Amino acid sequence: MLSTLYAVLFYIATILLIVGTGMKVLKYARTPAPLKIPVSPAPRTRAGVVQRMGREVTMFESLFKSNRWIWIFAILFHYGMLLVLLRHLRYFTQPVWWWVELIQPFGVYAGFVMVLGLLGLLARRIVVNRIRYISNPSDYLMLLLLIGIGVTGLSMKFLMPVDILMVKQFFLGLMRFQINELPMQPGVLIHLGLVAILMIIFPISKLMHAPGLFFAPSRTQVDNAREFRHMSAWASQLEDLPESIPTEEGK
Amino acid sequence: MARLEIDENGTEKYVVRDPFHIPDMECGAMADTNSFKAAPDHNEDLGFPGELLENWQEVAIAKMGELAKKNRAFQVYLDTCVKCGACTDKCHFFLGTGDPKNMPVARQDLLRSVYRRYYTFAGKYFPWLVGARDLTKEVLDEWYTYYHQCSQCRRCSVACPYGIDTAEISMAAREILDSVGVGQKYCNEIIAKLKKTGNNLGLNPKALRATLEDLEEDLEDETGIPVKLPLDVKGADILLITPSADFFAEPHIDGLLGYAKVFHAAGVSWTISSYASEAANFGMFIGSYENMREVSWRIRQAAKDLGVKRIVFGECGHAWRVGYSFLNTLAGPFDFLDQSYPIPQHIMEFTSDAIDAGILKIDKSRNDEFIMTYHDSCNVARGSAMGRKEGGQFDLPRKVIKAVVNNFHDMERDTIRENTFCCGGGGGLLTDDLMDLRIKGAKPRMTALQQVTADHGVTHMAAICAICKTQFSKVMPKYGYEMDNIMSVHQLVANAVILDGQETEQDDAPETVAAGE
Repeated sequence: MLSTLYAVLFYIATILLIVGTGMKVLKYARTPAPLKIPVSPAPRTRAGVVQRMGREVTMFESLFKSNRWIWIFAILFHYGMLLVLLRHLRYFTQPVWWWVELIQPFGVYAGFVMVLGLLGLLARRIVVNRIRYISNPSDYLMLLLLIGIGVTGLSMKFLMPVDILMVKQFFLGLMRFQINELPMQPGVLIHLGLVAILMIIFPISKLMHAPGLFFAPSRTQVDNAREFRHMSAWASQLEDLPESIPTEEGK
Repeated sequence: MARLEIDENGTEKYVVRDPFHIPDMECGAMADTNSFKAAPDHNEDLGFPGELLENWQEVAIAKMGELAKKNRAFQVYLDTCVKCGACTDKCHFFLGTGDPKNMPVARQDLLRSVYRRYYTFAGKYFPWLVGARDLTKEVLDEWYTYYHQCSQCRRCSVACPYGIDTAEISMAAREILDSVGVGQKYCNEIIAKLKKTGNNLGLNPKALRATLEDLEEDLEDETGIPVKLPLDVKGADILLITPSADFFAEPHIDGLLGYAKVFHAAGVSWTISSYASEAANFGMFIGSYENMREVSWRIRQAAKDLGVKRIVFGECGHAWRVGYSFLNTLAGPFDFLDQSYPIPQHIMEFTSDAIDAGILKIDKSRNDEFIMTYHDSCNVARGSAMGRKEGGQFDLPRKVIKAVVNNFHDMERDTIRENTFCCGGGGGLLTDDLMDLRIKGAKPRMTALQQVTADHGVTHMAAICAICKTQFSKVMPKYGYEMDNIMSVHQLVANAVILDGQETEQDDAPETVAAGE
């Protein structure tokens, strides 16, 4: 019964995540940028922009320059989470891909690293006056949700082991539209419940910073306004202005 | 200036505060600092309602939605902020005032909170959770206050991991305010004036001609050579678009004389236009694409009317952002100009090329009374570029300065180039009603200047922005400097350049700067 409920929950969460995020991304992509506003110094070529964005995405370059503490915690969290997510691929692949097998031991430590990073971010949000001032309840809850996911995940590894083969059967089943039994243990149920919540709120929350990053004109535009005329659709529809100086004006 | 202190051992040392010092937060510290609102006439001249509309709330919310559809930056920036806090200590107005609403993210949130309430799922159904709030008259007033305490300098955008640019939010907020009939006097009055006379000052062609003739006399008295400042000369090669402050304010005017000398030495024909006698484009400050386009368009008309081949911009920060980044979009295509030069070109690019070509005779020692530093103006630094290489907007002015002065020291790295601190008067804030804000906002820049004064004995600071120059001449006296300690870069050029046939007092032969120096 509960397994069916979780199956339905994950189908809904997956649809909302993909469709919701997809719609937002489409909206960003379709919204015109009327002017060239790269924050300079900016690359003069498309290849340069790809490099700039590559550094932003993989190294959080701007954050590194602007705030070292936030950068440290953000890097710990994001890279920890990346490894953890890759490690979780073993629940969705049969046979498990060789490199997923290879990173299994690292993935466990990455779980600790991820939670450590999140705790650092939470501590800053509470301790630093300026950041506390700009925080809303959702900002704390988002961190607590991620910490909850991390801690329940780790607890299944170290405190109350779960029958992970059953979990794997459950997800492999979902991928083939069959509903298999989940182990009825609180750790796994809470963990999966929180993950489903995260997937559902992704497109309607600040987690959209992940895809949004690729649509910020200040970083993604090429600095070539003098060489190429940049026009948006709505701006080119504007009424023409006179080419010559009106006679009553000027000299 | 830095305080001279003597410690217990009798050693003298200058004590300078830290330009990055983060003040304690003081809620509401600047809540009562407001610039005057525009008169109905001026709002209407710009195509906005004269006074606050009866259904302002409805109109403002609709306008917000419209802007989100028309401007990707606005849409994406409203969605992607994670409140990480990296920007919170980057704004000179926060560092200078301690008012938390002057932290970039908090400034954005004044509008983001309303956007969330009306345009997002979470804000519609769980406003308390995401800090969403209704658009009330208090909120509108708060927008007016704090979006006119942003100089749109983009320093926060450099710090943001997602490139969120508060300037875009601030421009959008001002556009929304204008669209419901709440305009700012300083900006709207000036744009209205420009539309009538061609410049921000309201200087008519006759007065402009008289001013330029006076300056020609001054130049001839100084050099013994008839250096011209041509006006409305059809068929000239170059149309100079320069801020109207260059015609009357100090030290701007000395910069104008510098351009004239460089053009003269280079032997090019050039002209100023009385129809487009203004580089500044306050349409950018109020976020109005239409007004910005209309102001820009005058340059196209003047260029066509005069039949020039090239357009060169004088020293003006935001004008160069509009010129470099927007002009081609707003008033292009410029297929009728000579395509072998960048369109438009900055006077710094022109002078730099002239130096490289070795056509300027320069006597650096004529600037020996100054120990210089250079203030990167925000719009030049973060909103434009110069030359062919990335970062040319930092390197070209320094190259030109070093070519004409012997003593130059940069301020601390994190206060210059792309991290430069705003002068505190940009973005439509250069009005006396905001003097308190301007003095406080200049603090980080002034502190960095005090550091190089203490360390290297720097006496003067050069800039290439009319707003920066005016702002500094007003606020520098509050920080222990004289009002003429701010200089135009082309003022330094004017001092050092020796024209062919010019009588010089000194006997030592002028050195010619070799290419590439």
